[in-house]
Amino acid sequence: MSEDGKRRLIVGPFNRVEGDLEVRLTIADGRVKRAEVVSTLFRGFERMLVGRKPEDALVFVPRICGICSVSQSVAAARMLAALGGITPAPNGERAINLIHAAENAADHLTHFNLFFMADFTRPAYEARAWHGEACRRFAAGGGTSVRRAIEARAELLNIMGLIAGHWPHTLAIQPGGVTKAPDGRDRVRLIAIARAFRAYVERALIGGSLDEFLALKDEAELADWRCAAGDGDLRFFLDIADDVGLAGLGRGQDLLMSAGAYPQDGTPLFRGGVLWRGMVMDFDDSGITEDVSHAYLTAAAPEHPFDGWTEPDMNSSAAYSFCKAPRLDGRPAEVGALARQVIGGQALVRAAYNAEGANVRSRVLARLVELARLCVALEQMAAALDPAAAFITHGAPVGTGRAFGACEAARGTLGHWIVVEKGVIRNYQLVAPTTWNFSPRDETGQPGPLERALEGTPIAPDEATPVAVQHIVRSYDPCMVCTVH
Amino acid sequence: MSRRTSLVWLQSGGCGGCSMSMLTAQAPDLISMLDTFGIDIVWHPTISLETGAEARALLSEIRDGGREIDILCVEGSVIRGPNGTGGFHRLAGTDESMFEWILALSARARHVIAVGTCAAFGGITAAAPNLTDACGLQYDGRLRGGALGADFRAGGGLPVINVAGCPTHPNWVTETLALVAMGALAAADLDQFARPRFYADRLVHQGCSRNEFYEYKASAGKLSDLGCLMEHLGCIGTQAHADCNTRAWNGEGSCTRGGYACINCTAPEFEDPGHAFLETPNIAGIPVGLPTDMPKAWFVALASLSKAATPARVRRNATADRLVAPPSVPPRRR
Repeated sequence: MSEDGKRRLIVGPFNRVEGDLEVRLTIADGRVKRAEVVSTLFRGFERMLVGRKPEDALVFVPRICGICSVSQSVAAARMLAALGGITPAPNGERAINLIHAAENAADHLTHFNLFFMADFTRPAYEARAWHGEACRRFAAGGGTSVRRAIEARAELLNIMGLIAGHWPHTLAIQPGGVTKAPDGRDRVRLIAIARAFRAYVERALIGGSLDEFLALKDEAELADWRCAAGDGDLRFFLDIADDVGLAGLGRGQDLLMSAGAYPQDGTPLFRGGVLWRGMVMDFDDSGITEDVSHAYLTAAAPEHPFDGWTEPDMNSSAAYSFCKAPRLDGRPAEVGALARQVIGGQALVRAAYNAEGANVRSRVLARLVELARLCVALEQMAAALDPAAAFITHGAPVGTGRAFGACEAARGTLGHWIVVEKGVIRNYQLVAPTTWNFSPRDETGQPGPLERALEGTPIAPDEATPVAVQHIVRSYDPCMVCTVH
Repeated sequence: MSRRTSLVWLQSGGCGGCSMSMLTAQAPDLISMLDTFGIDIVWHPTISLETGAEARALLSEIRDGGREIDILCVEGSVIRGPNGTGGFHRLAGTDESMFEWILALSARARHVIAVGTCAAFGGITAAAPNLTDACGLQYDGRLRGGALGADFRAGGGLPVINVAGCPTHPNWVTETLALVAMGALAAADLDQFARPRFYADRLVHQGCSRNEFYEYKASAGKLSDLGCLMEHLGCIGTQAHADCNTRAWNGEGSCTRGGYACINCTAPEFEDPGHAFLETPNIAGIPVGLPTDMPKAWFVALASLSKAATPARVRRNATADRLVAPPSVPPRRR
């Protein structure tokens, strides 16, 4: 406790997130007064790409992140397609969507079972009726649900062995489609994997029919369903969420953003857009700027990524993070499964959002609803593959130009921007989902989304590892290696 | 098995992909595999409960000699910059760089394992211009030394064990851990870059499903073609040390089975090949990189002979994206 009656707390290393994260809290009257979210690792991918051929980006960008590896490839491939004026073969687009959906489903599964639920096994919850059961299911590295999830995830990712070579870090994803044309036998095997995964999700997570769960339209129907449903981990989570009050933790931004996910022949499976004051507008990258006022980077005015640059500078005076602060029309935006499903119009998630906004419960619920929807989509995407049609269209190298490409990673909107001169990359910038969610302050002093969401969080006097902070931070499913890249 | 083996895992300047890959181990799954060989995860960033102050206390206890560990795994390059401070990667929650933590904890471990090409040699994170001055634990590219120095030996007597790969196959890692836990990995079991020989003494070319095309130099002309990827599309599987095509990835995959080149990701300096990754540099039509241990004159002679001998079936399939000419059935011998 310092003289001004405020306590300062540094939480880190934050594990069960991907990469390096530190959270600095100023606490007064038992609540978080101010939060600073700190990315502590700089690798410099944007600069590695300068001077290389544009297509070499497909080797480097998946290696930004071992958990959203395919998302990085997809954003770069779309960017290169835009650069070269390539229209992907429809079948190639389908195969890419299948590969991408498999990664995103695996990520949601990993987040829930390995990253998020473990915090309910903490001694802080020993007195709760559900604590013993939480330990049985979600004990780190050994709970029954954790072990089943690890096995189901590995089986799901066998999709990668069939059509992407391996995971992570595939080179199968190209601007015009994929490098392998699956045959009829591959298609059947893909359908088999998708069906087996769906059966696992119904058994372990939903505790009943996936179709019945996805038909729920509001909280009242969800409440009825919970009474009738079997013993899945989703229902267990909702019980804990009620008891702990997770809907009251981590209140997020009123600006949600999604670039739209899994486009096929011009129509995305989950439509994109920007939700602001109840209105959904089209997503457009032209309003995006990155602010470096609080980053360990050479000072510059906020710039659109085409004009941005990344030069580390440890002496930058106001800096506390390597992360830039992206803003949409000057405002911080929340991205992720919640944004995607609210903007995409999924009834249950929209009802939860309309009732209580973005919070720990609605973020996790949205992720599980999306996982259920992806189970359906995976099988449909596999079944729609046409083994007789082309899986790739080929383009010619581009001498000079610039282009933008985006996709929805598990954690939210991912954008890549490239500037090419005389056949080599002159500038490459990317803004990752957690760059949005975990951004530091900008030049106007506006905190990033997590920084704002942490304000007001109750902290007990003796807590060195505040459990509410754990829930809030992990509800975003942060990926720090993508954040700074 | 009476004695348990303790494992601490640090993620340094990398992508976390080797951990993510390790979690896809199958038959048995990762947790069963570790349990079977008596390996206890004392701390792993993705798997463990302990976070923040709890994790700091644990790592500090090991650093200060209060707790022994058998295996330290490091994933990701060691970030030495700027100016040798390691400041581009501070271990969150502490005032010290990850560089300093790695030096301190390596001195306390019986075995130190570099998981992935970043930790082994620097890897992608060390790609030019290498703003962060990234390197491997005991190598800086092909050069011995790196963060710990050429003379470093872990408590058990071995140098850093380099499970190189970008990413690593899950079972390169789990089998290395199991061998170490059993006391069955000696210096002689490591190759000249300290990679476990059980996978590094193989070539990616061995077992490649495109071998018939290779035999006849029936080459793919563009991505998605079925033919050999060596002549035009950058494949260096004939030189790459790994068993990717004799042990499958994610069920039944590999890079070449996925339709794209082997880029030799288990090797130091693979990240800067000096040309585009998916193009083969050549001089007068002959690839600059020749198959391992093959004299150039023989390669040229055999290539021209085998090209001349290519069956029409193989030639047609080589430039198609699916099988267009099935193998004929030999007539019944009388």
